[in-house]
Amino acid sequence: MDSQIVLLLGQDGLTSGAIYALLALSIVLVFSVTRVLLVPQGEFVTFGAMAMAGMQAGHSMTLAWLLLGLAGARAAGALRARRRWPGPGDWIMLGYAVALWALLRVLPLQALPMVVQALLTLALVVPMGPLLYDIAFKPIASAHSLVLLIVSIALHGVLVGLSLLMFGAEGARSEPFSDGGLEIGPVVFKSQALWVIAASTLLIGALYVFFDRTLHGKALRATSVNRLGAELMGISPTFAGQLSFGLAAFIGALSGILIAPLTTLYFDSGFLISLKGFVGAVTGGLLSYPIAALGATSVGLVESFSTFWASDYKEVIVFTLILPFLLWRSLTTRHSEEDA
Amino acid sequence: MVLKNVFPALIAAAGALCFAGGALAQIKVGVVSSASGPIALVGIPQKNTVALLPKEVAGQKIEYFSLDDASDPTASVSAVKKLINEDKVDALIGPSGSPNAMGVIQFAAEAGVPMFAPVGTAAVVLPMTEQKKWVFKTTQNDDLIANALVDHMKASGIKSVSLIGTADPYGENWAKVMTELLAAANIKLLTSETFQRRDTSVTAQALKTLAARPEAVLIAAPGSSAVLPQTTLFDQGYKGRFYQTHGAALDDFLKLGGKKVEGTILAASGMLVLGDMPASNPIKAIATKYVADYEKLYGSKPATFGANVYDAGLLLQAAVPAALKKGKPGTPEFRAALREAIEHTKELAATQGVYNMTAADHSGFDKRGRELITVKNGQWAALK
Repeated sequence: MDSQIVLLLGQDGLTSGAIYALLALSIVLVFSVTRVLLVPQGEFVTFGAMAMAGMQAGHSMTLAWLLLGLAGARAAGALRARRRWPGPGDWIMLGYAVALWALLRVLPLQALPMVVQALLTLALVVPMGPLLYDIAFKPIASAHSLVLLIVSIALHGVLVGLSLLMFGAEGARSEPFSDGGLEIGPVVFKSQALWVIAASTLLIGALYVFFDRTLHGKALRATSVNRLGAELMGISPTFAGQLSFGLAAFIGALSGILIAPLTTLYFDSGFLISLKGFVGAVTGGLLSYPIAALGATSVGLVESFSTFWASDYKEVIVFTLILPFLLWRSLTTRHSEEDA
Repeated sequence: MVLKNVFPALIAAAGALCFAGGALAQIKVGVVSSASGPIALVGIPQKNTVALLPKEVAGQKIEYFSLDDASDPTASVSAVKKLINEDKVDALIGPSGSPNAMGVIQFAAEAGVPMFAPVGTAAVVLPMTEQKKWVFKTTQNDDLIANALVDHMKASGIKSVSLIGTADPYGENWAKVMTELLAAANIKLLTSETFQRRDTSVTAQALKTLAARPEAVLIAAPGSSAVLPQTTLFDQGYKGRFYQTHGAALDDFLKLGGKKVEGTILAASGMLVLGDMPASNPIKAIATKYVADYEKLYGSKPATFGANVYDAGLLLQAAVPAALKKGKPGTPEFRAALREAIEHTKELAATQGVYNMTAADHSGFDKRGRELITVKNGQWAALK
C-alpha cells in the first residue's frame, strides 16, 4: 500500500463522506425540530439523481406527476379535515405543481444547460418535502415519537414503490459537471469529486449562517431546543416542520444531483446512502451538527479503507461503528422522560 | 416510458384474473416473479413475458396465475403455497431470485408440482436430489458460460486474472466456478474482491485489483451493477482486457457504460446478437419472434431474464401432449407425467439454446446455449 493508494482511497472516502455529512445534518435537523426520524431522506437523493439523469436522457418527467399528486392530496386532505374549501396555500401549491408540470413538458430539457437542469430538478423535488410533512406528519405532529417513526418507515416504503413505478428497475447515471481533473502530486483528483466536496462544504457553511444569522434559522433552532417554549414565543410548529422538511428535501436532492455522475443509482439506492448518513447522525447523538458531520465524514473514510482491506466485511465494519457510540452515549447521557 | 410498460401489464394481469374466474378448469400454471423490490430488474421482464406464453396446447387452455413476491424469499414461499393449495396449479414458473427459488423447492416437491426456475444459481438443480428432480432450470449453468470465457482467455494467452464479483449467490458461485476452472487452465487468479450491488463506489476494490496488475479482469455481477467496477477501473487507467458474465448481457450495460465498456468480452445466449447469427442456428427464429412480440406489446426490448420465462413456456408446451395421455389436468398423475415428459425433452430449440434434459441434467444446455459476444462501436457484436 503506497501513498498513491492512500490518497486515492482518501479522495474516495472524502467524496462519499461529504455526501453522508450533508444527509446526517439533514437527519439531525428534521429530528430535532419535528422528532421525526427521516427514513425517506434517501428518497430525495434518488429523486434528485433520477430527475437529473432522466432530463439528460430525454425521458418524460414522471416525477412531475408525483408533485402534482402530492399537491392534490394536500388540497383534498384540507377539504376533508377542515370541511371547508382548500386554503390559498393549497391553491398556490397546486398552481405551482401544474405550472411546473406544463413547463417540464414544453421545455427542451435535454438541450438545456446543466445548471438549468439542476435548478429544475430542485424546483421539482424541494416542494415535496413540505408537502410530505403536511400530508403525513402535520396531522400527528404531537403523537409519540414511535408513531412518527412508524409513519416515517411507511412513507419510505410508499416512496420506494412509487420510485420503481416512475423510474423503472434499471440504473441511471448523469453527465459529469465538467471533464478532466486536478493533478496534485501523483494523484488525479476527479473533477466531480472536487465538485462534491466543494459543494458540500459550501452548503454546510451556508447552513451555519442560516442557523446563526437569519430569523427563520433561529426560529428552527428555538423549536429544536424547546418546542412549547418556541410556540409560546409565536413560532408556528407547522411552519418549522415545513421548513425543516423543505431543507431536508433540498439537501437530499442536491446530494443526488452531485453524486449522479459518479455512480450508477437505482430506484432504491437512496436508502443505503442515507443510512450511512444516519450512522453519522447517531455519533452526534442526533443533536450536535458538527459531531454529526464529522462522524459522517469518518464513515466515508472508514468505508473506503475497510473496503480496500476486506471488501467482504465492509458493511459490517461500517455499521458496527455505531455500537461504541451508542454505548458511550447511553453511559454518559442522563435518561429523561420525553417531554412530548 | 416505464409507466407505459407497466400499465398494459397490469391491465393484462387484471384481464387474466377476470378470465380465470370464468373459464373451466384446464391446465393451470402459477408464475411467481419479483416485479418489485431489489431484483425488480429481473422480475419485471419475467412478469411481462407471461402475456406471451402459450395459451393453448393440444386443445387444452392454459391459465396463468401471476403473483409478485417483492423480491422477498418469505413472500415467494407464501405465493407458491397459495398457488398450490388454492389455485391448484399443475406447474410453476419462478421465482426470479436464486434464494427465493431455493426456498420454494421443498414445497413444490412435496406437492408434486413441476417447477421451472429461471434463476442464475445451479444449486437449484445440482447436486440432483429427490426434491430437486421436480425443478427444471431455464438458464445456462455458470460453468457452461465460464468455460467459454476461460477457453477464450487461454486462446488469447492470458496468464493472470483478477475477479470482482457481487457479495451475493451470483458473485459467490462465479468465484467458486472460476477458481476451479482457472486452476485447471493454469491461469493465475490474483485477487478476488466483492462489492454490494447497490454500492455507490468501488474505488477501493478497483485499486486493489489494479495493484495486482492482472492481464484481465472478470466482473461477475447481475444487471447494471456490472458497469461500475469496469468504469472505475477504466478511469483509474487499467488497460487490460475486461470479461463480463451473462449477468451483464443487457442493453443497459451499453447505455450506462458508454465508451468505457468498448471491447468487453462476455459469453451469453445469442439473443443479444441475433443479427450476426447465421439462419441455420436453431435459436434464431424463436428468439427473433420473442423479441419482436415483446417489443410490440411493451415498446422496449426484453432483457434475457424474460426469455428464461419464455423458454419455460416452450418446455411446457412440448411436454403437455405426452402428459395428457397419462392423466387429466389437475390430478397428481398428470403432474407426475408432466415432470416425466419435461425430463425427456430432446433437442428443443428455444430462445436461450437447445434443451436436452436428462434425469441428471435438469438445465439441459450445451454449447449452443452460449455465444462469445463483444462490444463494438457501442453495440453488441458476435466475436469472430
